[in-house]
Amino acid sequence: MAGEPRLCCEGFSRSQALRRALASGRPRSTREWDPRMPIPAGAGVDRRRFLLGAAGGLVSVYGAERLGLTGRVLGDGIAQAATIQGPDSPVLVSVFLQGGIDALSVLAPAGNPLYMQLRPTLAVPVSAGVPFIEDPQLRWHPAATSFANLHAAGKVSVLPGIGYTSPDMSHFTSRHYWEVGATDTGLATGWLGRYLDVAGSPSNPLQGLSMDGQMNPTLATARNPVAAIDKPYDFSLWLNGVWGDVFDWTLDAASALGDAQHHAHDPAIAQVAEAASEVGIVRRALAPFRDADGNAAYTSPVTYPTASDSDFPQRLAGLAAMIAAGLPLRCVALTSDTQFDTHASQPGTFDSGLSLIADSIAAFQSDLEARGIDDRVLVHVWSEFGRRAQENGSDGTDHGAAGVSLLIGTPSIGTMVGEWPGLTTLDVNGNQIENVDYRGVYCSLLEQWFGQDAGAVIPDAGRFTRYPLIR
Amino acid sequence: MASLPSSPIAVYRGSFTERDATRLLWRAGFGPKPGQARKLAALGLDGAVRSLTRPSGPARLSGAAPRNAGGGPIDPTGVWGDAHCWWLDRMVRSDQQLVERMTLIWHSWFATSIEDSNATLMLRQNQMMRARALGNFQDLFLEVTRDPAMLCWLNGNTNSKWSPNENYARESMELFTLGADRGYSQLDVHEQARALTGFTNDWSESSGPTNFRFDPSLHDYGVKTIFGHRGRFDYHDTCRLCVHHPLHPSFMIAKLWGYFVASPIPAGDLRVLEAVYRAGKFQTRPLVEAILRHPLFYEGPRMVIPPVVYCAGLLRALGLTLETNAWSWIAQQAGQFLFDPPNVAGWNYADWLDTARWSGRFTAVTYALQSRVLNPSRKSYPVHESPEDALASALRYWGEPAFSPETHENLLEFSRRAQHGIVAEWEQVTYRILRQNALRALIPTTPEWQSC
Repeated sequence: MAGEPRLCCEGFSRSQALRRALASGRPRSTREWDPRMPIPAGAGVDRRRFLLGAAGGLVSVYGAERLGLTGRVLGDGIAQAATIQGPDSPVLVSVFLQGGIDALSVLAPAGNPLYMQLRPTLAVPVSAGVPFIEDPQLRWHPAATSFANLHAAGKVSVLPGIGYTSPDMSHFTSRHYWEVGATDTGLATGWLGRYLDVAGSPSNPLQGLSMDGQMNPTLATARNPVAAIDKPYDFSLWLNGVWGDVFDWTLDAASALGDAQHHAHDPAIAQVAEAASEVGIVRRALAPFRDADGNAAYTSPVTYPTASDSDFPQRLAGLAAMIAAGLPLRCVALTSDTQFDTHASQPGTFDSGLSLIADSIAAFQSDLEARGIDDRVLVHVWSEFGRRAQENGSDGTDHGAAGVSLLIGTPSIGTMVGEWPGLTTLDVNGNQIENVDYRGVYCSLLEQWFGQDAGAVIPDAGRFTRYPLIR
Repeated sequence: MASLPSSPIAVYRGSFTERDATRLLWRAGFGPKPGQARKLAALGLDGAVRSLTRPSGPARLSGAAPRNAGGGPIDPTGVWGDAHCWWLDRMVRSDQQLVERMTLIWHSWFATSIEDSNATLMLRQNQMMRARALGNFQDLFLEVTRDPAMLCWLNGNTNSKWSPNENYARESMELFTLGADRGYSQLDVHEQARALTGFTNDWSESSGPTNFRFDPSLHDYGVKTIFGHRGRFDYHDTCRLCVHHPLHPSFMIAKLWGYFVASPIPAGDLRVLEAVYRAGKFQTRPLVEAILRHPLFYEGPRMVIPPVVYCAGLLRALGLTLETNAWSWIAQQAGQFLFDPPNVAGWNYADWLDTARWSGRFTAVTYALQSRVLNPSRKSYPVHESPEDALASALRYWGEPAFSPETHENLLEFSRRAQHGIVAEWEQVTYRILRQNALRALIPTTPEWQSC
């Protein structure tokens, strides 16, 4: 790290580390990896490519049977879900800005004397960014210009004072509350997971798709399957010295070993078995998104940003391609690579992290529009809390309470929900106070976006105010 | 061999079989080497536990030193991911398996990430934890509190009297000693942060963060009130007050237990261990010796083997050492990249699997077998090997693991399918080789092999 400035809370993300692994020799394809073997270990890919070739590009699963993409290849559950779900079904994309993003910088009360006093070094200057047209006290941070543009186009609803009463300042507790949709430390299912348990399918793991390379707790279900991938073309397996049909049968066997003990009495056996079983289904469904060299077998109609420390934009690009191909996705969850837990050296982390998120989501929106599927997709951007109004002296901010959420997309109502909480009245810890309850937003999303009775998903749903969120 | 002090809580009374010894080696180490479980079983329960908890002298590493993908030595502080490989190698080769396993537990317990420091500081912390792996918890906690990598990770190095930073104060109670919402308030967080003020460091262009020290001019010498006690507390007091907090022993023991046993600790046993822990001034070893002999350890449900333990266990079972540094990104895919825990709470030991991380484990199997693959173009292979023989041979290869009838039947079904697929004459030999390679890969992916 020699030569880099001292960055206390900044770091290399999982995906950046992965990127470095790639640079340091991670194989891109079987052939590259093991030139001794005459036939690529993933030789089964050839047959999938034949099917892909027949479609002349990305295969829509709606045309699955016509194209010969049978349930056997795709996964029966997925094929069936795709048929039942229909081409217009709504998709909710949950984007978690991990660490607690500083709401007072996203939408800054630039020029406010109290703000200048609380944030002597971190205050966003009056000259920076563009005004927030719905509340003249506020300006968009320059790093959020892409959000400002989407907002001007009526595609962003800002919730500038979101949170819950008796806020918890622990990352884990507060994040957990948001993930499970209740201030209940013991709840083990995510709010979107419970929705999928109520409204989803017992055989379609793609209905709840984490694109974090591991399960996202928001999607944790009690019954129905969900899946975790990174980018759609990254999902592949190979072996040395096993190829052709035998390789395909080997992967089938690995999944069959899971199918056989999916419901085992022992929870550890069941956990491994379930994962093995779902791998089989997802592997078949994602095969068309990957070429023989392990690269993306799809193109994007728009240019996504690139970053050396994050593959967030590429994950969104893959998501747009999967939705466009008709994969039966309902709830998708992604986590920012940037940790917004800016206890120190806030500007560096915050600025680059936020601009990447905003630019990526703007590209995603353009992508959806270019593909004509923007009516189907709503993006929900959230963080576990805002940050302390008073900066802390390490060029950073400590954990706060009320924060900011955004609802982005063509279906978004596009107007502010709640109001900016101001700085004159802070809570006992010096944090901003919420005026919109996140659980009310969840209830409203369930009812207005998915047409789902929130009472079946959110505990005490009747207690929470509903907000108009969808156009 | 000297015997072990009797356990203050319930003790497993079954005969200590090879199967029990296998579980012990997986949970208190990194899985058995060929023949090791049988030898350990012969020592009996107390002898087996003692051999793990009371090793003598420095650890010995047996077998070849780790190599990178190019055949050269690994470079733990110079090459990304080689620090992971350096520790994984110790897990594979050390004869003090529980010391490494406890070090892994402390790494997750006091989760610190390389993301805010560097490999040199992380390895320094790792050695510190290894030296105290089975020692005194209060000493360990004190060393963690002033550990450079931790000071970087939770902002202890920017916490000064002018601007208290609550990060370490909060996590030290929530995650390290007391548990969330157990016996402390936001006021305690604030006052602990003041007590912890004073650490700082320099930055060097060549080596990054350096010269970590306690600078009295940055410390808040005022009176603080912590857990109702008043005093001019500093970081020594922070550690002492947390560990002496009435709710610390129950947190500590239940959490430690959870790393070894799938079902919760019985309330009566917890109470007894709390008293033992207090009376022994916070020693860890007696707790571990009690847990490793408890009936629930051997009779309770299975546990999913953590990813890094799985990777080490694959190599140990095959009698191999690290022949590539690909193990770093494999670990990342499988969900446990050392020195880079997912967050300050460490790894979630209750949830190790999903489609992505299962695939990472499959890749681990691919790489473990990399140097052992039977070349499909060779001509000599038993041309009449039956599906049953093929499976028996592959099971022998892995030391006859115990499988359920379902798993056995599915493996056999695959073996039959591969043979059924033989059409051309050349496939008679080639497909049997492919099949043997495939069976050897499938065995460690089974639910039984991935849990213990």
